Amino acid sequence: MVGIVGYGVYVPRYRIKTTDIAEVWGDTSGRIGKGLGVFEKSVPGPDEDVATISVEAARNAIKRSDLDPKDIGALYVGSESHPYAVKPTGTIVAEAIGCTHDMTCADFEFACKAGTAAMQVVMGLVQSKMIKLGMAIGSDTAQGRPGDALEYSAAAGGAAFLIGMKNPLATIEETVSFTTDTPDFWRREGEDFPSHGARFTGEPAYFRHVKAGAESLFKKTKTTVDDYDYFVFHMPNGKFPIAMGRQLGVPKEKLEESLVVRQIGNTYSGSAMMGLARILDIAKPGSKIFMVAYGSGAGSDAFSITVEDAIEERRGQVPTVDDYIERKTYVDYATYAKFRRKIKALG
Amino acid sequence: MAEQGVAQVWRRIRSMYRIEGNKCVTCDTHFFPPRPVCPECRRKGNLENYTFKGLGSIYTFSIVRQAPDDFKRQMPYVIAQIELDEGTRLTAQIVNIDPEDVEIGMRVRACFRKIKEFGHGGIIVYGYKFEPTMKVTGHE
Repeated sequence: MVGIVGYGVYVPRYRIKTTDIAEVWGDTSGRIGKGLGVFEKSVPGPDEDVATISVEAARNAIKRSDLDPKDIGALYVGSESHPYAVKPTGTIVAEAIGCTHDMTCADFEFACKAGTAAMQVVMGLVQSKMIKLGMAIGSDTAQGRPGDALEYSAAAGGAAFLIGMKNPLATIEETVSFTTDTPDFWRREGEDFPSHGARFTGEPAYFRHVKAGAESLFKKTKTTVDDYDYFVFHMPNGKFPIAMGRQLGVPKEKLEESLVVRQIGNTYSGSAMMGLARILDIAKPGSKIFMVAYGSGAGSDAFSITVEDAIEERRGQVPTVDDYIERKTYVDYATYAKFRRKIKALG
Repeated sequence: MAEQGVAQVWRRIRSMYRIEGNKCVTCDTHFFPPRPVCPECRRKGNLENYTFKGLGSIYTFSIVRQAPDDFKRQMPYVIAQIELDEGTRLTAQIVNIDPEDVEIGMRVRACFRKIKEFGHGGIIVYGYKFEPTMKVTGHE
């Protein structure tokens, strides 16, 4: 059965505390970070972008799989912060990780679910035997307008999943999607920062789509909440996934382990995939994982995944999500502004 | 008109992305950047492509506090000569560490970073920089 044969993540070293951001905009109460459930977020270094983050995550995925990158037949990078508007990030990643040139490659965009959309496409190519092995990456250096609510959560990080049929670490039994035209969050061509519909991003957007995706997957797999050990929902902040879990009747302890958003913020296309990687780092063979990624615009991709015995022998070879979360250096708002090109005089 | 520098960057992609050099099979000497002829063995030399493991030690370094415009955002930063385990040396930036913590002899490994941009609308040059070996590099 098709499954994950390798995975790896990367989170930049730098962090900024949400209280430091709030203070710059005149809030010293500490309420904003607490309200969002995001206490610090990752910040990319001045020489890091989606291509570099994707390469590091992809190299970790290959190392874990112990497979030859020359067998990769398709590589897709999902992001909303590709370094080029025209020139695929995937070409850079494929060359850097040592793929052959006889492969297909493209960049995906669907707000925060571009990486899971890439996973679905790779699954299809593998299952139809068009390719032996494919890589799907979700990676972002998310943008937030200074002073906007997004600035407290827009973070950087990426996760790479190598998908194939042979000896998977986790099998993917089923995937479904739910898609509508819902303008809750967008960025027009040439704009530096995205815009959003504020409260409109909640009920008609995130909650409707994640819920519909989840219910559709329960129906298709004839399962209920009780059949799963872990739940992963897209994490735009620390509040939404918990509220979603409550609506679907998911016990808190089944969701808790995936909430990496509290320490690193929303890694956008890497968000749900990072949560999934966190679960794969700790789950016992036989555990069942229910993941729903959400992308503004809007849509959701839901996956039913079972952890296999092979995962245990693949642990300890590459850094875990927690290793990256713990490796951190705090920066102040001025340094963050310098790194994120918010100081325009520097070009 | 073709943008200046694109061809030069493209020619060096494999060297810059994967530290691909070569080695002389006759005398087992490694070269980076790759050489067309082994300077020791000359005609008896037999060169083949070699991808370096990307591990080595800092041979010497300097902290840059006055940088060219392209690198101002990164100041202060460390530029070092790294002696790779295969025996050859190269020059690269050291990242993921505060400059004052860098030491001669420190173990480092290659990571993938943005090197420079040809202006706001130009190409982006990627390649190797080095970082200390640590838990997140899989070395502890």
